Amino acid sequence: MSEQSGAIEVKANDATAVVDEALRCATSEGADAADVVLVRGRSLEARVRDETVDFVKQAQEQILGIRALVAGESGMSSAVTSTSDLAPEAVRKMVRETVALARATEADPAAGLPDGGFAEEIPDLELLDRADENTTADARIEDARSAEQAARAYDPRISNSEGSQVGSDFSTVVYGNTAGFVGQYDSAAHSLFSEPIAGSGDNMQRDYWMTASRALAGLEPPAQVGRRAAERAIRRLDARRVPTTECPVIFESLQAAGLVRQIAGLVSGYAVYRESSFLGDKLGRQIAAPSVTIIDDGRLPGGLGSKPFDGEGLPTRRNTIVKQGRLETWLLDTYSGRKLGLPSTGNASRGAGSPPGVGSTNLWLEPGSETLDEIIGRTDRGLLVTELLGMGFNPVTGDYSRGAAGLWIENGEVVHAVEEITIAGHFGKMLEEIDAIGSELLWLGSVAAPPVRIASMTIAGD
Amino acid sequence: MSEPQDTSPSPEGALGFFADRFALDESRLSAVLDTTFERQIDYADLYFEYSTQDSVVIEEGIVKSGSRHLEQGVGVRAICGERQGYAHSDEINPDSLALAAGTARSISQSSGAHAPVRVQSGAVSAHDLYPVALAPTDVPVADKIDLISQMDVYARAIDPRIKQVSASAITQHRTILVANSQGDLVGDVQPLVRLNIQVIVEDPKQGLREMGYQGMGGRYDFARLTEEDTWKQLVDEAARVALLNLDAEPCPAGSLDVVLGPGWPGILLHEAIGHGLEGDFNRKGTSAFSERMGQRVASPGVTVVDDGTLEGRRGSINVDDEGTPSRRNVLIEDGILVGYMTDRLNARLLGSEPSGNGRRESYADLPMPRMTNTFMLPGDDDPEDILRSVGTGLYAVSFGGGQVDITSGKFVFSVSEAYKIENGRIGAPVKGATLIGNGPDVLTRVSRIGNDLALDQGVGTCGKDGQSVPVGVGLPTIRLDAITVGGTEG
Repeated sequence: MSEQSGAIEVKANDATAVVDEALRCATSEGADAADVVLVRGRSLEARVRDETVDFVKQAQEQILGIRALVAGESGMSSAVTSTSDLAPEAVRKMVRETVALARATEADPAAGLPDGGFAEEIPDLELLDRADENTTADARIEDARSAEQAARAYDPRISNSEGSQVGSDFSTVVYGNTAGFVGQYDSAAHSLFSEPIAGSGDNMQRDYWMTASRALAGLEPPAQVGRRAAERAIRRLDARRVPTTECPVIFESLQAAGLVRQIAGLVSGYAVYRESSFLGDKLGRQIAAPSVTIIDDGRLPGGLGSKPFDGEGLPTRRNTIVKQGRLETWLLDTYSGRKLGLPSTGNASRGAGSPPGVGSTNLWLEPGSETLDEIIGRTDRGLLVTELLGMGFNPVTGDYSRGAAGLWIENGEVVHAVEEITIAGHFGKMLEEIDAIGSELLWLGSVAAPPVRIASMTIAGD
Repeated sequence: MSEPQDTSPSPEGALGFFADRFALDESRLSAVLDTTFERQIDYADLYFEYSTQDSVVIEEGIVKSGSRHLEQGVGVRAICGERQGYAHSDEINPDSLALAAGTARSISQSSGAHAPVRVQSGAVSAHDLYPVALAPTDVPVADKIDLISQMDVYARAIDPRIKQVSASAITQHRTILVANSQGDLVGDVQPLVRLNIQVIVEDPKQGLREMGYQGMGGRYDFARLTEEDTWKQLVDEAARVALLNLDAEPCPAGSLDVVLGPGWPGILLHEAIGHGLEGDFNRKGTSAFSERMGQRVASPGVTVVDDGTLEGRRGSINVDDEGTPSRRNVLIEDGILVGYMTDRLNARLLGSEPSGNGRRESYADLPMPRMTNTFMLPGDDDPEDILRSVGTGLYAVSFGGGQVDITSGKFVFSVSEAYKIENGRIGAPVKGATLIGNGPDVLTRVSRIGNDLALDQGVGTCGKDGQSVPVGVGLPTIRLDAITVGGTEG
C-alpha cells in the first residue's frame, strides 16, 4: 500500500500567521480581549481483523477556536466559536460573529484572560520523535497484524475478535492571546489496541489490552499486546454470578485509574464553585486513607498528558492533589480560580472546539509496595474487578453503583470468573477504606494507577 | 446574530447548497468516484457535511457565554470485499477530493476497470420528516437567551432549597450530501434542538445535596421549546426529582422484581438488545445474539422496533449517512428475533437489504449500523394493575445512562428516580442504583406489558467506537421478573 504513505502532508507552517490575523481582527471588531487556538494535525488509523485489513483511515484536519471578551460595567462578557473553514474571509466572518455573540451575553466579573504569568519558555517535553513522522501506514498495519496473530494464536479457546487497531496522530497546537502570549508545540500519539474473543455461544467473552506512547519506540511490542489481551479474555470464561454480599474489592490498575479520574473531576474548580462535588467543602481535610497520594504533573517527559503551557498560555506544573490522604488543592484554570479566590494551577484545558475548562494533565496515584499477587494472597474472600460497566456515579452525593466483571477470590486465590453483578458504596467512604495499594503503576494514557483494594463494598448478585 | 445559511430547510436544499458553495455538480462528483475505481474496488462513496451548532448557557443567573461552531468536510470511502479505505479532509475543493480519493482507493492493490459512474439526483426517494419554518441556528440568539433566563428565574422561585440552577439551549443545523458509485446522489438537511435544565438542591438541616436534570428536544422548530407550559414543566420536573432524592433511602441490593415506567426507561431496549442486533457484530459473530435469528429472545407479546421515520424525533433521519432512506425495522416480533440493523457493507455481507441504519457522527467517521428510535410496542395491561401485581420490588421511572458488553451480553442502566414497591403499592423513594442483566435473557423476564407506550423527550445520545449519534427510545410500563439491582442495602 505504498500510495498511502505520506499521501497527506502537513501544510506549511503558517499557523502562527493565522492566529495573529484572527487576534488582530478580533481587536479591530471591538473585542477588549481575545484568545485563539489553532490545532492542525494528520492522523492514521487502521484495524486488522483475523487475516484481513478491516479499514484504513487517513486524514488531515485543522480547526480554529476563537474566544472574544467584551468589557462591560460589571465584568466581561464572552463567546466562543470554532471553524474548520480557514479561508481568510471565513475566519473574519467567524471573528465578527464571535464579537457579536459576546455582546449578546452578560458581563461576568470572573471572566477574562489570565492577569499575567504566561509561559516564558517552551521546554522540550519529548512529545514527538521526529523519526516517527516518516512511518508508513503499511508499517503500522504490520503492528496491528502482529498483535492480531499473537492474540488469535495464544490459545485454542480464542475463537474470534473485534480486531487489533493502530493509530498515529501528529498535531501542532498554536495558542495566542491579546495579552501578548503566543506559543506553539508539536506532539504525537501512537497507540495499539487488541480485542480478542474467547469461547463461544453463551460462554463468549471479550477483553482488551493496549499500549500508547508519544514515540513509536515507546510502544509495548505488538505480539505482547495481543497475548496479554488474549490472556485477559480467557480468564473471563465460565464466569458466574455470586450471592449478594459485602466484601473487599480490589480494582486492578486499569479500573483503579478510573477512580483517580473521578477524583480529578471532583476537585475541578468548576465542580467546586457549582457545588456539584461532594468534596467541595473538604479542602485541607483528610479525604482518603493516609496511604493515598495523588499527583498531577503537566511536564513529565514523554507523558501522554504533557504540554509546555496550558489552554490559557500559563506554564504547566506539578500539583500534589492529595498528600497522604489530605486534600491539598483544587485543579483550577483562571476562571474557576477567580470564582474560588485562588490562582490558576495551570490546568486550563482548551480544545479548538470547546471553551476553556479544567483538565488533568498526567495524573497518577503513587504506588505502594505490594504486588497485585500479594494483595490477592492476603484477601480471604473478595472480588478483583477487571471491568466496570455504566456511569453509576453521582458526584453531588458520592453515591457509587456500577456493573462489574472480574475474578472471585477465596482464601487468597482466584477461584473463578464473575459477571453480571454490581458493586456499590459511597465514594468518600471507598477512599477512606483503601487498605492496600499495589506497586505496579500502569500508564495506558494520561491517567495511571496501581491496583487498589477497598476494605468493603456491597456486591449485588444472586 | 448571524447571516442565515444559504440553504432552504428541506432535503432537496442540500444539493443546491453544496453545488453553490463548493461548485460540486454531478459530473465532478462522478469524476471523483471514477478516480477511486482505477483500483479494483466494489463500491465507493463521497460524504459531504456542513454543520453549524450553537449554544447559550446560564449559570449563577448570568448568561456567561455563547458558542457557535462551524464544521465542514468530506469523507471518501472505497470498499473492497470486507476492507474499507477512508480518507477525510476539512477542505472541500478539487485538490483535496482527488487526494482523498487516491488515499481511500489504496485499500486495494490491484488496478481495476469499471464502467464510468454517473451520479444523478432523484434516484432515491426520501422522507421529509422534519420540515422547520426557520433553521434553529438562525433563530436570533436573543430569543434563546430570553428562554434560558426565564427558566432560571422560574426555577429559583420554586423552592428555597434550590441552590444552583443551570440551563442551556443548543441548536444544530446539519447539511449532508452522499454520492455513491451506484449513481445515487442524495442530500438531507437535519435540524436539531435541545433544552437542558439542571438544579442542585440542599437540605439546610442536614447539609445534604442532590441534583435533578431534565432535557428535551428533537428535529423541530425552536419555537416549540419557547411555549411556556413546555419549559415550565421541564423545570418543575428537574426540581421535583432533585427534592425527592433528598429524602431517598438507600436502594436495596440483590435480585428483585422491577416495574419500569413508560418512556425513557426504554434505554433498557437500547442497551440490552439494540446494540446486540447491529449488523456488524452479527456479521462478525461477536454478539451474544449472533446465530439467534428466528429464535425466541423475549416473552410472547414483546415486539420491538427501530423506527427512523417518526416525525420530528431526535433519532429520526430522512436518509441515513449512506443515502439509504430510513425505515421502520421490526427487530423482535412477538418474542422472536426477526431482524438486524444494517449499513450497506454489513447488509451485503449478511446477504440482506440495507435497513437505513448506516450512520456516522461526522464526515470524519466511517458509517456503522446504528439505532434510530428504538421502542417496544404497547400491550394490554393497565399500568396500575402491573404495579399491584408485584409484592415487593422496585418501581423505576427515570434513568441516567447505560452500557453493554456486546459479546457477553451483559448490560447496565442507572436509575435516577425509583421507589420501593411494598404490597403492590408505591413506597419510599430510593437512591440511584445500577441495574444489571443479560441481554439475550432479560426480555424473557417480561411478564406484563402496559398499554401506555411513551417515547422519551428527546435527549438520547448513543456512543459506539467513539462516535456519538442522536437516538430515541420508548417503552410502555413493563414488569421484569427478577433483575439484579445494585443498591447498598443487603
